[in-house]
Amino acid sequence: MGRWLRESELDPRLIGTLLALFSIWLVLDRVTGGLFLTPRNLYNLAVQSSVVGVMACGMVLVIVARHIDLSVGSLLGLTGMLLAAMQADVLPAAAWAWPLSIAVGVAVGAGLGALQGVWVAYAGLPAFVVTLAGLLIYRGCAYLLTDGRTISPLDPTFERLGGGIDGAIGPEASWVLGLAAVAVFVTRQLRVRMDRARHGIPARAVWSEALQMGLGVMGVLGFVAVINLHTLPQSDEARGIPIPVVVLAVVAVGMHALARTTPFGRHVFAMGGSQRAAVRAGVNVARTTVGLFAVMGALAGVAGALTVARLGAGTSSMGTLSELAVIAATVIGGTRLAGGVGSIAGAVLGAVLMQSLENGMVLLGVSSAVRQVGIGLVLLLAVWLDAVWQRRAGGLAEEGA
Amino acid sequence: MSEPLLELRGVTKTFGGVHAVETMDLGLVAGEVHGLLGHNGAGKSTLMKLLSGVHRIDAGEIRLAGAAIELRSPRDAQRHGIEMIYQDLALADNLDSVANLFLGRELRTRLGLLDEGAMERRATELLGDLNPDFHQLREPVGRLSGGQRQMVAIARALLFDARILVMDEPTAALGPAESQNVSALIRRLAERGIAIVLVSHDLHDVFDLSDRITVMKNGRLVATAPRSELDPDRVLELIIAGR
Ligand SMILES: Nc1ncnc2c1ncn2[C@@H]1O[C@H](COP(=O)(O)OP(=O)(O)O)[C@@H](O)[C@H]1O
Ligand SMILES: [Mg+2]
Repeated sequence: MGRWLRESELDPRLIGTLLALFSIWLVLDRVTGGLFLTPRNLYNLAVQSSVVGVMACGMVLVIVARHIDLSVGSLLGLTGMLLAAMQADVLPAAAWAWPLSIAVGVAVGAGLGALQGVWVAYAGLPAFVVTLAGLLIYRGCAYLLTDGRTISPLDPTFERLGGGIDGAIGPEASWVLGLAAVAVFVTRQLRVRMDRARHGIPARAVWSEALQMGLGVMGVLGFVAVINLHTLPQSDEARGIPIPVVVLAVVAVGMHALARTTPFGRHVFAMGGSQRAAVRAGVNVARTTVGLFAVMGALAGVAGALTVARLGAGTSSMGTLSELAVIAATVIGGTRLAGGVGSIAGAVLGAVLMQSLENGMVLLGVSSAVRQVGIGLVLLLAVWLDAVWQRRAGGLAEEGA
Repeated sequence: MSEPLLELRGVTKTFGGVHAVETMDLGLVAGEVHGLLGHNGAGKSTLMKLLSGVHRIDAGEIRLAGAAIELRSPRDAQRHGIEMIYQDLALADNLDSVANLFLGRELRTRLGLLDEGAMERRATELLGDLNPDFHQLREPVGRLSGGQRQMVAIARALLFDARILVMDEPTAALGPAESQNVSALIRRLAERGIAIVLVSHDLHDVFDLSDRITVMKNGRLVATAPRSELDPDRVLELIIAGR
């Protein structure tokens, strides 16, 4: 089995997450009497997954580099409050207030993230402690900003970002987007294959490449088809892909590119593999660390915008405990807590998996206390499986050496 | 004997009160394999870290092709064509050979992105040259054998026209067959005109391979001599007795 997977070059962690996700979906659909796998519920599930998904895309790199960021939930709250306040209190009439407020929220997120990175990189403090301080400080600031008052109203155009009424791109645009994504995915895959052939590097088995391509294409087109079955209340007008899901897709593609095609991403992975190796190879580890936390902070800002848009208001408790959901999603998605290994695609799947459990248990009428217990157990299971897998892989490597 | 390519004169390094290296002299000639021997704690690694810019010298001077140079960082040393292969190889096990080869010196496209194609081509060329049987270019190096990892580390040092190659205990972690491969590789590199320093605490690891041998003890130079004027027993005496 191990050998088969290695030859196929499929990412075993990703496959594992995917299989787990599908099993959970089937079980939940069964126990909810078919309520789970409906276009309507999948639409909601997609919207609910996007906030955690956006932040998980950044958390992957943070954990890959052997750090952690506990502040993202509070940073979401603070940046969300900031951008809500800008729209409602500072520039209530201006039409361009909402894009500006998003820009400010993301920039402040990036800045505060970078600041934490400076403490980690230059003062040499553990990220755990620095971002724990951030968790407290940013949450406090979110409250202080308005003395805990809830902020509204927001710009209606902005609220579309939340995926509510008018919060989707329509069925035609959804197909266009889906087909474009498929086209890019397939061409890229073929290009890599041709490049490899040209440089005489052994090609991947055709079946495994075809399987991966098939899964990707079917996943995207299937998603569009199902989402387009969901209609507005009392009409048969399809809504299409929710805007927050488009945001998540853009973030995921962007973060994947950052991780895999830039020197920055390469250095992040190198730091996770061996900090010493990175230093000795002349990688600027301190600067990379600051950049890493800045990116994470910026994504917390994006998540803040999505959250505020969905709630239609800014509240100082937004994002409370979501750092844990984000870390859990990342780990369930196959990112190794010991660093060096992780994928953006896995983290997005992890976010969907986490949200599926939450959503399914809500459908079943399970209390929030029991839901927490359930999700905690699933997290424990995921980390345990990772540890077992790691030990086995380690054993294999020793045999090989 | 020809003009030395690199010369250390009166080089000294202390850590707190410890005199790790004291008024040490060493000359390296292009194309030679130079064995550097001494007990654990003799100061070999420290001397080599001075040469690779990891530590800075307290006193003395380093001359390259006749001109005094300053080595403030590993980057400085690399710029002068001095490359160091650490005892632990300093590879990132989660990355593949190509990524490790170019780590910190990635080739970039015009947009500043990783130029994987160019790096892969250069890596294929270089690794194929060192070992035609090596095809696991895209495997994480953690899955490679000790000899293959050693080769990747050597290839990394050769990537940018090294003139001086320092190897700390190069064959200590290898089995006999692999250690023979690495030895053959070292000889071939020397024939290309690269000066190679082999650092070891074990005489047998380096004696046969070296053209000249330098022995250190307590941070100081004991002796430097061509191998032809030495035999293993004499070197052992120098290492232990210091004279
Ligand atoms: N970074 C350091 N700080 C303090 N002492 C050191 C350091 N590096 C080496 N030393 C000391 O310098 C001496 C020489 O060590 P080293 O150069 O590693 O010897 P060798 O490589 O020959 O075994 C030893 O006494 C060692 O403890
Ligand atoms: Mg040593």
